[in-house]
Amino acid sequence: MGKIVLKSVRKSFGDVQVIPSVDLTIENGEFVVFVGPSGCGKSTLLRLIAGLEDTTSGTIEIDGKDATALPPAKRGLAMVFQSYALYPHMTVRKNIMFPLKMAGMDIAAATKKADAAAKVLNLTSYMERKPGQLSGGQRQRVAIGRAIVREPAAFLFDEPLSNLDAALRGNMRLEITELHHTLKTTMIYVTHDQVEAMTMADKIVVLQAGNIEQVGSPLDLYNHPANVFVAGFIGSPRMNLLTGADAQAMGATTIGVRPEHVDISTTAGKWKGVVSVAELLGSDTFLHVNVEGHGSMTVRAGGDVNLRHGDTVYLTPQDAKVHRFGADGKNLA
Amino acid sequence: MARAASPRRKLLTTLAAWFVALLIFFPVLWMILTSFKTEASAVASPPELLGASWTLENYVEVWSRSDYPRFFWNSVVISVGSTLLGLAIAIPSAWAMAFVPGKRTKDLLMWMLSTKMMPAVAVMIPIYLLFQQLGLFDTKIGLILALMLMNLPIIIWMLYTYFKEIPGEILEAARMDGAGMWSEIAYVLTPMALPGIASTMLLNIILAWNEAFWTIVLTTTKAAPLSAFIASFSAPQGLFYAKLSAASAMAIMPILILGWFSQKQLVRGLTFGAVK
Repeated sequence: MGKIVLKSVRKSFGDVQVIPSVDLTIENGEFVVFVGPSGCGKSTLLRLIAGLEDTTSGTIEIDGKDATALPPAKRGLAMVFQSYALYPHMTVRKNIMFPLKMAGMDIAAATKKADAAAKVLNLTSYMERKPGQLSGGQRQRVAIGRAIVREPAAFLFDEPLSNLDAALRGNMRLEITELHHTLKTTMIYVTHDQVEAMTMADKIVVLQAGNIEQVGSPLDLYNHPANVFVAGFIGSPRMNLLTGADAQAMGATTIGVRPEHVDISTTAGKWKGVVSVAELLGSDTFLHVNVEGHGSMTVRAGGDVNLRHGDTVYLTPQDAKVHRFGADGKNLA
Repeated sequence: MARAASPRRKLLTTLAAWFVALLIFFPVLWMILTSFKTEASAVASPPELLGASWTLENYVEVWSRSDYPRFFWNSVVISVGSTLLGLAIAIPSAWAMAFVPGKRTKDLLMWMLSTKMMPAVAVMIPIYLLFQQLGLFDTKIGLILALMLMNLPIIIWMLYTYFKEIPGEILEAARMDGAGMWSEIAYVLTPMALPGIASTMLLNIILAWNEAFWTIVLTTTKAAPLSAFIASFSAPQGLFYAKLSAASAMAIMPILILGWFSQKQLVRGLTFGAVK
């Protein structure tokens, strides 16, 4: 079991209110990602769930029981930190066995569990090494191993892949997703990387300034952003957001169109512009176009498009795919 | 960018370092030389060096006239005891100050350190009377308590500095893993801060070993350590420099040897966290 319910949770540090009030339900077995820009309060929210910070008000329920006042160890949760937070003086085996030792489990049973976790995480041949002798990816796997052996109600991940290089990050992303499929345990994952959020989550919680902007599945957020912030934050490259006469003509204050929903032509179209940068990815080409009256817009074109810096192009949005936002920033659809 | 030093510059720096080291060490060196001279040679003016009469007589006499092993043992018990007791109190205190600081933690640390600036003589009478009335006068436990309390601010300050270097996330991980406060201190914090704790321990043993004011004021015979042993050679017959030097050399030798063998540890501990 691993259902977590936050009811009117608030957090202030002195006079600074970090989380104004959050209500959220995380169902058992869900992979939930908290995403938002730096300083939006996503890590604070995770730490509140973990019990590493005290709530200013509100309640946190884990599996139907009020856990607001419980210390971290009593919540039945396991956490994986950005810095791995391994015990540098202990071997991999002792690191993984540490939570079991704290729980008073006998050494034989604890060793068996640690070995099983190591097998799942391909750590068997590193058990007698110390964290300093491991690579970043191996260290993160040890941290995950230490979390797995506790058989927690939920796993909490605090930007666990931020310290890894791009290639390793991709691999670990897959490993964590596979782990979720195997264990079927609730996972709450904090990241500022919306690609991680989109690829891993069952449910994404977008945060800004401590407020939840939108909760939904990755595609739900991508296709139906609730407001301008979510529209601009989810998706890579970012959605093009335009104001002025073009927006007013569509009965909106701001309109948004994703790079793949803009048609490009060298002869005619709605907006005239000049290509400033062409990013060739092989499968796709991202064109950054300076459009008269709107500034820079991003367009996704095919990998074989033959456009370069300085070429004049014409852009036309696909009307059915244009998102309209009102003066309050909310989606008008 | 680091600048490579020229050989001439390197030589000058080395000579300057040797000169400063010799200047600092000179009183100890002179004392050791004096301890091997006759009394007449020790007080000769101008001071004799090459032409002095050398002898081991001072050591023989000091050894035979006093119970050196007893003084030595008292010094060991008092300095090690006060350091261990101090660490037992300071480790949890420094943990609290480093990881769960309150609004006034910094002020508290400053206040603790300020007590070290108080002249000991200002509280001599009350402490003397307290020791008399509590039955702690001339007892090893009394001196252990006195020296522990005197050095506690330094121990806490040093440990606080070392603990601050330990990433808070590791302790939070321990908390998530089910460790309570004592388990966190015993299994995670202490092993990680071991180099710092070891150098704090060494430094405090040295401070306690060298402490002369309280050890002389609060003891007579039973609990007197080596500082009192030295003092006993300065009276009442007058000053016998050669014998006094021999007694002093015998008193500082154990701590000098300890310092020599642990100098790497001491320097590492004292510069801990200075360079990342």
